[in-house]
Amino acid sequence: MNAEKKRKVESFLALLMSTMAAAFGLFWLVFILGDVLAHGIGAITPGLFLNDPTPPGVEGGGLKNAFVGQVLITLMATFIGVPLGILGGTFLAEYARGTKTAHVISILADIMVSVPSIVVGTFIYAILVRPVGHFNGWAGAVALAVIMIPVVLRTTEDMLSLVPWTIREAAFALGAPYYKVIIQVVYRGAATGILTGIILSIARVAGETAPLLFTSFNNSFFSVNMNGPISSLTVTIFQYAMGPYDEWHAQAWAAAFIITIIVLALTITGRMIIKWRYK
Amino acid sequence: MPEVELEARSLDFYYGGHVHALKAINLTVHRKGVTALIGPSGCGKTTLLRCFNRMHDLYPRNRYGGEIVFQGKNILGQDTDLINLRSRIGMVFQKPTPFPMSIFDNIAYGLKLKGIKKRMDLSEMVEQALQHAALWGEVKDKLNASAYDLSGGQQQRLVIARALAVKPEVLLFDEPTSALDPISTAKIEELAVALKKEVTIIIVTHNMQQAARMSDWTGFLMLGELIEFDRTNKIFTAPSEKLTEDYITGRFG
Repeated sequence: MNAEKKRKVESFLALLMSTMAAAFGLFWLVFILGDVLAHGIGAITPGLFLNDPTPPGVEGGGLKNAFVGQVLITLMATFIGVPLGILGGTFLAEYARGTKTAHVISILADIMVSVPSIVVGTFIYAILVRPVGHFNGWAGAVALAVIMIPVVLRTTEDMLSLVPWTIREAAFALGAPYYKVIIQVVYRGAATGILTGIILSIARVAGETAPLLFTSFNNSFFSVNMNGPISSLTVTIFQYAMGPYDEWHAQAWAAAFIITIIVLALTITGRMIIKWRYK
Repeated sequence: MPEVELEARSLDFYYGGHVHALKAINLTVHRKGVTALIGPSGCGKTTLLRCFNRMHDLYPRNRYGGEIVFQGKNILGQDTDLINLRSRIGMVFQKPTPFPMSIFDNIAYGLKLKGIKKRMDLSEMVEQALQHAALWGEVKDKLNASAYDLSGGQQQRLVIARALAVKPEVLLFDEPTSALDPISTAKIEELAVALKKEVTIIIVTHNMQQAARMSDWTGFLMLGELIEFDRTNKIFTAPSEKLTEDYITGRFG
């Protein structure tokens, strides 16, 4: 076999293997999405959104409590996590740019992004559930916020770093103090990027179960009291899927379908903003 | 002799604490004239320019030696208010640096920093600055458009207008036309020459024709030293130093 032919065979094999790997991954993704769609779509009824759960065997139960709880926990997590993440990212990209401290924190944040979420859940359990004595919504929100912070922080850092230095220098040259340069000029330049990071981080936590299982737990009744256990879609899916009743299973499928759609929509929005901004 | 605006007195500058980038520079900048700084790449002309508004202070461990006297006062002292200094000595960079906001807001930015808030005053001053920078006619109908929609040459005039809006006494130009086409370059040069009636201009350029066309005074730097400083026509016709002559005639650089 001559050298050219050998190269072509090698190239073909490499292409074949990577295509097969991609197809393998995509197959399961499509399979899971298809399965969720097939099982979930039939169980979606107006009552699912409008009614609270009923005792097993009683018709007409819904998951209003879980929808409301999920939104509440996610919102609170966003309110806690996003400002901290943005401020942290600002520190790294602006005040501590190029320092060892910034580098170390950046790497730690990258590690934090891939820490299993159940570890975060048990950690928050230890500091916000045990001392209080009962599960509570705040603990759930904090657990999700802890997962969000490194994502928002790293995106903010990256997006601020993309704003050219000369723009900052130009603002300084007009006599602007540093905090005004950051807030009025740099943030504007990085706004869409940071917004995308926030949306993607919300998508990241919206589907989390493990951190909530140990913190906000679940509540069969409608509750907006963040000081007590509060229901969420993900924990409800977990509980209903484990339960013995057929209508529970159907509702779990429906909830899984809805949460998948929401995460998908958030992710697509985030990606579209990136594309629109950097085209 | 015309009045002195800025004077460097045995000015030294060190990058990162030890790179000796400027060596004992003595230079007098005359009020309401154009002073050009020329020299081969890496000679320290931009470094010198950035000493005048203390831009180097943005980065750690940079150090000055000697004095820069601005209207009778040494600005290298600890007590210099950099915010005030930079609003009196403006700067225009090599590449246009519009802010990510509208044309109007770009110009208004420096004014707002100075505490001017009334919309009426702002509008008037923005128009004045744009007129000044010969850009008003081109942008008067789209003041709310993003500054990024302008061409490179227009952006550079916008940036000049932004610097002019705060009524500086000195304007520093750091190779302002090196990223522009010949027509835009000509407009900027014309503009700078027209502006010298009101502001003192110091321009760094690697284009000797530009220095000859625009400036009244020229300084030639090499390896961090000011080799020669004189009237522009003297530098370009009868330089005193052999090095200057070699550079002017294109023997190196």
